[in-house]
Amino acid sequence: MKVLVPVKRVVDFNVKVRVKSDHTGVDVANVKMSMNPFDEIAIEEAVRLKEKGAATEVVAISCGVAQCQETLRTALAIGADRGVLVQTDVELQPLAVAKLLAAIARKEAPQLVILGKQAIDDDANQTGQMLAALLDWPQATNASKIDIQGDRAQVTREVDGGLETVSLALPAVITTDLRLNEPRYVTLPNIMKAKKKPMETVSPADLGVDPAPRLKTLKVSEPAARSAGVIVPDVAALVDKLKNEAKVV
Amino acid sequence: MSILVIAEHDNAHLSAVTRNAVAAAVAIGGEVHVLVAGSNAQAVADQAAQLASVAKVLLADGPALADGLAENISAQVLALADGYSHILFAATAAGKNVAPRVAAKLDVAQISDIVAVESADTFVRPIYAGNALATVQCGDPKKVLTVRTTAFDPVADHGGSAAVETVAAVADSGLSSFVGRELARSDRPELTAASVVVSGGRGLGSAENFKILDPLADKLGAALGASRAAVDAGYAPNDWQVGQTGKIVAPQLYVAVGISGAIQHLAGMKDSKVIVAINKDAEAPIFGVADYGLVADLFEAVPELAKAL
Repeated sequence: MKVLVPVKRVVDFNVKVRVKSDHTGVDVANVKMSMNPFDEIAIEEAVRLKEKGAATEVVAISCGVAQCQETLRTALAIGADRGVLVQTDVELQPLAVAKLLAAIARKEAPQLVILGKQAIDDDANQTGQMLAALLDWPQATNASKIDIQGDRAQVTREVDGGLETVSLALPAVITTDLRLNEPRYVTLPNIMKAKKKPMETVSPADLGVDPAPRLKTLKVSEPAARSAGVIVPDVAALVDKLKNEAKVV
Repeated sequence: MSILVIAEHDNAHLSAVTRNAVAAAVAIGGEVHVLVAGSNAQAVADQAAQLASVAKVLLADGPALADGLAENISAQVLALADGYSHILFAATAAGKNVAPRVAAKLDVAQISDIVAVESADTFVRPIYAGNALATVQCGDPKKVLTVRTTAFDPVADHGGSAAVETVAAVADSGLSSFVGRELARSDRPELTAASVVVSGGRGLGSAENFKILDPLADKLGAALGASRAAVDAGYAPNDWQVGQTGKIVAPQLYVAVGISGAIQHLAGMKDSKVIVAINKDAEAPIFGVADYGLVADLFEAVPELAKAL
């Protein structure tokens, strides 16, 4: 069973982004970039499936600028077998990424695509579902447990209010939630090994996809800042404030 | 121009978030229709028909729609999509599961988590865990949107008298099947709909210690929440998580206990009306957003607060 894992290069989760003063976007010059944390969980899960013998090959894919190679190298260091970079300088939105991934999936014919439920930059939570739709495959989003049973996958999903379990006919698309696994630390020997693993570069045109954005960003602004309130000396003062000032209790 | 809002429900009750999604549809402007896709869901359709501002309710009732499978629900929405300029879902686990599937099949963009409507084609949405707001314009012929429910005041759940029209239900896709559901049973209000939320963080120290929040939540009629750190540490169940990748809440009162205030947690609660923080670390970032901060040992302050209320 071949598993495809799309990975996205995003601003590191520890960086507090700043809105540019001209309101055209956020300032990502010279900030640390990393693999989207949910995609790291996806790679880890695919590699574990391979280690358990359920998967035979793990292929990492990244769409975007040339530097996405670094993200792919991280995926290879975690344990993916090879990488595919869909290189473009065009601003990629979820529908375009889903189309690029669908084109690769048609070529690679995997049984499973595992990817993060959302990227922590645009917070869209769309790509996996769109990919499943374009391929007419079933999907399970927000996975907290994946169990491959022959030609089906049983997936436990985190939903509002609890958990839900669905059974999918393979091939299928699964998106990862936080509790699916804890990604391993990447070791130096594995980083060195990753450098020797194969990586192929293709363009959107090679895949027959027009990646032009559909949404135009008119403005990016800072949300209204919440001003800090007061520090109260004790519980009695807090109760007084809640009752008489805020009037919420 | 007509707008289709996809109802969220459990085949018996219409979920309150649907009222927020209808409010967003009203802000866009146009005739608002609500689709109830379910199984034996007539009662839900009747409730949807009572909502203010709803002109028509479409009821698609069939066994394939019983459990909200994304493959079948999206097929149902697509079967009806022709007549609509906008298709809206609440930005919940269920809505986010289906909306992108519908958009991809229509070959249009999907816009996630809108918090404001500027015009029929221009919307505001948070990015980077709410640290920035993007105003985006969509040139596609149909707009498929998910609505951040806390950003739109719900329409009234009564006063409407929409006609309920039955539409043909789609057949099962055969691609996926529903196995089971484990929903937490609680007497407390639902986290995203509660007017008061009491949340605990890593400062609680253990799952056992989390119980210290119960009497306070009882007094306040509050839902219980948790930070990601507390959930990751196993102190609280997954579905209590408030934050960028968990639940987004905006109650009248949010009490953060032993929560430091990581960016991703603030993303889930900073639109609360009044925020109270109780933490022994005076430098904790949570105090930067709290209306009332109490620097104290939570194990003393929380029982004392519960008693004083």
